[in-house]
Amino acid sequence: MTAPSFAPAPAAAPRSRMLAAQVAMEFKLLLRNGEQVGLTLVIPLLLLFFFNLPLLYKLNTPRRIDFVVPSMIALAVMSAAFTGLAIGTGFERKYSVLKRLGATALPRSVLILGKTLSVLLLELVQLVLICGLGLALAWHPQVNPVPAVLLVVLGTVAFGGLGLLVAGTLRAEITLAAVNLIWLILLFAGGIAIPLDKYGRTANDILQYLPSAALSDGLHQVLQQSAGGWPIRDVVTLLVWAAVALPAAARWFRWE
Amino acid sequence: MPAPLHAVEVVDLVKAYGPRRAVDGLSLIVPTGSVLALLGPNGAGKTTTVEICEGFRRPDSGTVRVFGLDPVADAGALRPRVGVMLQDGVGGYTGASALEMLRLFASYAANPQDPDTLLGIVGLTEGRDTAVKRLSGGQQQRLSLALALVARPELVFLDEPTAGMDPQSRRGTWDLIRSLRHDGVTVVLTTHFLDEAEQLADTVVVIDAGRVVAHGSPAELTRAGAEGQLRFRAVPALGIESLVAALPAGSQAREDEPGRYVITGDVTPQLLALLTAWCASQHVMAEDITVGRRTLEDVFLELTGRELRA
Repeated sequence: MTAPSFAPAPAAAPRSRMLAAQVAMEFKLLLRNGEQVGLTLVIPLLLLFFFNLPLLYKLNTPRRIDFVVPSMIALAVMSAAFTGLAIGTGFERKYSVLKRLGATALPRSVLILGKTLSVLLLELVQLVLICGLGLALAWHPQVNPVPAVLLVVLGTVAFGGLGLLVAGTLRAEITLAAVNLIWLILLFAGGIAIPLDKYGRTANDILQYLPSAALSDGLHQVLQQSAGGWPIRDVVTLLVWAAVALPAAARWFRWE
Repeated sequence: MPAPLHAVEVVDLVKAYGPRRAVDGLSLIVPTGSVLALLGPNGAGKTTTVEICEGFRRPDSGTVRVFGLDPVADAGALRPRVGVMLQDGVGGYTGASALEMLRLFASYAANPQDPDTLLGIVGLTEGRDTAVKRLSGGQQQRLSLALALVARPELVFLDEPTAGMDPQSRRGTWDLIRSLRHDGVTVVLTTHFLDEAEQLADTVVVIDAGRVVAHGSPAELTRAGAEGQLRFRAVPALGIESLVAALPAGSQAREDEPGRYVITGDVTPQLLALLTAWCASQHVMAEDITVGRRTLEDVFLELTGRELRA
């Protein structure tokens, strides 16, 4: 072994370089993880196809696909920012990844920003695939881009905060079970796949304040209805969830 | 601000988990550029001490300074200067390959070592494209060591660096630690291997139950109180009285533990000759005859009354 010099030359790299390396690593690992790819990319596409068939329930809309695409965008955001992020982070805690990274020059802010950007990057891929398949199935969007993007970002922040809260406080295996169960419940009873008015008025009045319902309802307003204005109630609902979940995650998140 | 004299300074450190004090009034100093070994059995408080120095835990009382800075409050300034090897596995992205992990850590540093070269130095060229979770225990240790070094730190904390390594990798790691010291890197390592502490450390701090029970260079520790001693091993329960009778006046003999004998007195060539003559008359083979020198194992045994689980 011919050793090079170990003469100390310590200095942190520029944050931009750390961030780029961090996003690349997070995203590469995500694409390598079969379960994550299934959860965030394959299942939303399969469900898009499935819910577009009038099998389970009827919709009071002439064009079923125009309802289903915004639903699946909401599902994709929930899958990436909540379930996927929580499972990934939970196992990183379990395997001391966060502890190990905490002993390097990488600042926490860059670690968290890296995770956020890698989730947004994943959502971009999801949107391309879902919208692509939607258009192939004759989706006719009424795109109101500014509120649509705002809803996706707010939904990501709210769900991301909730995901980190679960992952940072519970054991990895419990996180895995819990967030998958919540994902399933919110898919059907949280206003994503099935319109909430199917559950009756009282249920609707309560369930509409779930983050999934707010995101889904808001996206339907700005993507489905030509005259849809700003979905103020949904935006405020997501803001409140984000304002509660993020500080709670920051307060209770345990790194190891 | 003048550069602090010591890389690490720990004064009266106390850390309790529940009612149990893992570290109980521990003090030590690591001079810049030296190698210090924290030697003790499992549960002695080695890892807790090191993790407090690394800023992972806060002390209950006492002070810890690394390059004159507080490991928790000044973590941002210290992290780039300090390399860390955690106990038990890599603690990295388990799905990434060894080379990907090392490249990631290299990207955190302004002047990193070349990742490929460093993998070669720790003997991990063959495992470079293997996922971290599929590396063997020894390979994970070697990757962990490379991760601690890639940013060219001034100070490294190596928690049980050779645990789980085969003998050849252990020797390689020892050579590497000697290179670090030669190039001016300060090294704090924990170990329960006596030979490791003896081979590598400028200073050995022997700890037990969270306290320092002895410290000094390996030579000081093994020599102290051992002048005028002759030690040997043989079958247990030899007739000590007849041995003492055969030795010059003023010599004492005792059996420290079964099969381990100590003769104290004036150690001369004649004493050695008398001992071997007596052994021959008893048809006893004396092994491991040492003069005026204890092993760290003896030191530990004397100080704590217990054996190190080496």
